[in-house]
Amino acid sequence: MIDIYNELTSIVDKDFVSNKPEELYIYGRDPGLMPAHEPEYVVMPSTVEEVQAIVRLANREKIAIVPKGGGLSLTGLVIPQKGGILLDMKKMDRIIEINEKGSYALIEGGTTHGALKSHLLKNYPHLRHSIPDSPPIATVVANAVIHGQGRLTQQRGFNSDMVCGLEVVLPTGEVCKIGTSAVSDYWFSKGAPLPDLSSLFFGWCGTTGIITKMAVKLYPCKKLRDVMLFLTDRAELVPDIMLKLGRTEMIEDLVVTAQPIPLRYAGNYYILFYITGDSEEELEYKRKYCWHTLWEYFEKRDGGFVSLVPEMKAPLLSMPSKDTTRFADVSKGGGFEYSGPIAPIEKYAVYVKKLEELAVKYNLYYSSAARMIDGGHSMMFSFSYTFNRADAQTMKRAKQALDEAAEYALDNGGVMWKPNLDEQKITIRKMDPNTLELMTRIKKLLDPNGIMNPGNWEVL
Amino acid sequence: MYELIFDREKCARCKSIPCMTKCQYIKLDTVTAKKEWQKVLDGEDSFILEACTTCYACNEYCPHGNNPFYMIVDRQEKKGILPSPRPIITMWVNQCEPVGKFTVGLLQEKALSYCFLAHFNVLAHGKLFEDLEYSAVYGQEFFCNAVYLHYAKTSLIKERLPKIIENIRKQGIKELVCLHDECYATYTSLAPAYGIEVPFHPIHYYDYLIEKLKALKDKVKPLGLKVAYQRNCSTRLIPEVDKSLDELFNLIGVERAVRKYDRKNALCCAEIIRMAKGPELADELQKKNLDDMQSVKPDYVVFNCPACWDSLATKVAERGMKPIHVIDLCRLAVGEEQSLNLEKMEAEV
Ligand SMILES: Cc1cc2nc3c(=O)[nH]c(=O)nc-3n(C[C@H](O)[C@H](O)[C@H](O)COP(=O)(O)OP(=O)(O)OC[C@H]3O[C@@H](n4cnc5c(N)ncnc54)[C@H](O)[C@@H]3O)c2cc1C
Ligand code: SF4
Ligand code: SF4
Repeated sequence: MIDIYNELTSIVDKDFVSNKPEELYIYGRDPGLMPAHEPEYVVMPSTVEEVQAIVRLANREKIAIVPKGGGLSLTGLVIPQKGGILLDMKKMDRIIEINEKGSYALIEGGTTHGALKSHLLKNYPHLRHSIPDSPPIATVVANAVIHGQGRLTQQRGFNSDMVCGLEVVLPTGEVCKIGTSAVSDYWFSKGAPLPDLSSLFFGWCGTTGIITKMAVKLYPCKKLRDVMLFLTDRAELVPDIMLKLGRTEMIEDLVVTAQPIPLRYAGNYYILFYITGDSEEELEYKRKYCWHTLWEYFEKRDGGFVSLVPEMKAPLLSMPSKDTTRFADVSKGGGFEYSGPIAPIEKYAVYVKKLEELAVKYNLYYSSAARMIDGGHSMMFSFSYTFNRADAQTMKRAKQALDEAAEYALDNGGVMWKPNLDEQKITIRKMDPNTLELMTRIKKLLDPNGIMNPGNWEVL
Repeated sequence: MYELIFDREKCARCKSIPCMTKCQYIKLDTVTAKKEWQKVLDGEDSFILEACTTCYACNEYCPHGNNPFYMIVDRQEKKGILPSPRPIITMWVNQCEPVGKFTVGLLQEKALSYCFLAHFNVLAHGKLFEDLEYSAVYGQEFFCNAVYLHYAKTSLIKERLPKIIENIRKQGIKELVCLHDECYATYTSLAPAYGIEVPFHPIHYYDYLIEKLKALKDKVKPLGLKVAYQRNCSTRLIPEVDKSLDELFNLIGVERAVRKYDRKNALCCAEIIRMAKGPELADELQKKNLDDMQSVKPDYVVFNCPACWDSLATKVAERGMKPIHVIDLCRLAVGEEQSLNLEKMEAEV
């Protein structure tokens, strides 16, 4: 019998290979609600060659391999369902190039959002990328792999839409360039004018290959930024308010929050949005324009802007926002998971009603953040419930609430985002059979031995 | 249930109706004022109820102490008129609800009230507060609730205020030094107007500081400064404290610049007005006020109310003037430093 551990230490420095129970324990779980399952080995490669060699070994021995970034996707996507090798990407964290004129950053497979943000702030303060509100150790690649959304999503679409090139180690071990970098020295497009192969790797939750490099688009970072807060107590008005603001083409990010605590949130929907400008005049113009865009709600007394004092503004302007993380610990014990369908924004009111109903039914704290995507083409609506990890009963109730929320969302126009295994199953059940067949063929073609993050998108 | 004590006879005898004719926002001649005010008193519809910006000033303009503003609020609520959008009112109602979270220090019979304003945690220290520094109450449980006058919520005041007063009494407090002007207005004007009993002695912090400065006479160095004073809405309910402020300024060698928008003609900070009536009016008021402050070339712009500070201090600083709270000005006079400063809020990107 071959000794996988020794083989792995011949590829990667032994300090970065482990089969120690205490490490396997940690790598066998995430902060969410999916049951734990431990890997047999954890490896931290630092080069693409090392990744290749590990994948070849896994392929030869038909061992599962699960790539992991910050492990913050919360839905069990990095829990190794079939054991095997957990590939922790954290050491591949270089920022290889900032192409200022081409407006993109070329990074490695484990570079974090926090690192890219501080690098830009320090060296290219006029440029920015779309940062999500997850803790800053979330990785840029994994976030795109799961079609994450960030601060520029309202204007520019999913974070995966802002990718402009990949380098991937295929499940069979070949290194492959995706996009213009396959032909040119420049990483300016992930597809066009070539056939767009990048979609073979986004939304697949690490089941089709390991991304070792990625180029992400950078956008102008205006000198000034401000936040505005509009409240309404009528959920049915929220979609039109979102649309009206989006259609001004003046706002950056837009998030609608619904939660009963702290008390100041109770009874209202908090529509938070950002404006940017290179001068105070530009900002003031946008402020006023947005005010007047919502004037009819204000006049009818159905909605109003809150005057934000400086201490209220500072946390709202911080990126990523710390509020979600804070909410994650409301029940103490640090348990947090949300079910986040991507859905038509017209569903806001019915979703929020369901969110509240489920909180009552399962006796849980709830919160929801709905982020507008691409000017209103869709939204991510999170059904979030907190739980104490030390309290099995609450965890069970939270899982039941999320399962019910997912079923409800799927029956009401939504499509699950970063779905956990149960959500993947119900999604597959609902899927057009020909689409499912196409996915099956693609998966078989790319990963004939089914080694990549098995259990997920189990369409074979 | 508590009801507003209001003498309609006084209004019947009143010739010039100054409460309405002096209003800075609703322009009325005496005849119309009389007619419209009568409608208000009779519980009929009057455009006054919709147009009111809730600046509190009519209470000060009434020479007979008849509290016309409380009458307006009472009528607004009865008629379901919303001075601000409903969600804004809901937010205020919820965020100040007493939920059993509060801070009390090492209380003595005399204590400071921080109301529900964290600013005082920074301000109330040093020589001027030596004996009372730790004898303080803070939180929703001690929040004076007068803000609901802006939101046509007299019923909430009637429901919550007696409980707040009871919370203070239960702490064994006999003398309450109100650091928030509005608390003093609540205990000496609003509560009596509704027949709500106040079983402790409220002291305005201006009067407290006057006593302290007199006691520290040897340590007080006259500042020789000229200041523009930002007079806030709640002073309209207790205009007598203006005299205390003049005495206080006198004690520390500060000249209160004569300017257009001070005293009875003061302009409020306008942020409540922004949420109620929109940005144009609020911006116009703030511009007029700031222009006027600037025109007297003050060494400092002095704030009494922390809410005015939050609304205007940054804008004052942006115009090259220096904002300071009254307490800090007094602290300068006894050789201490300004404690409440503008946080440098960098927009993190
Ligand atoms: C408080 C909080 C707030 C959040 N807010 C947001 C938000 O605003 N927007 C948002 O989008 N998300 C948000 N999230 C969810 C999540 O944290 C982010 O999407 C995060 O970017 C995921 O990145 P990660 O590195 O943690 O991914 P992981 O959980 O490590 O991985 C996610 C998936 O990517 C795969 N993967 C990892 N690396 C690679 C690779 N190199 N190649 C191929 N596949 C790979 C994994 O196998 C897995 O399937 C939030 C989470 C929390 C806890
Ligand atoms: S409230 Fe005062 S000023 Fe107004 S009419 Fe009555 S007495 Fe006159
Ligand atoms: S509160 Fe102000 S705006 Fe309203 S009527 Fe009285 S003076 Fe006029």
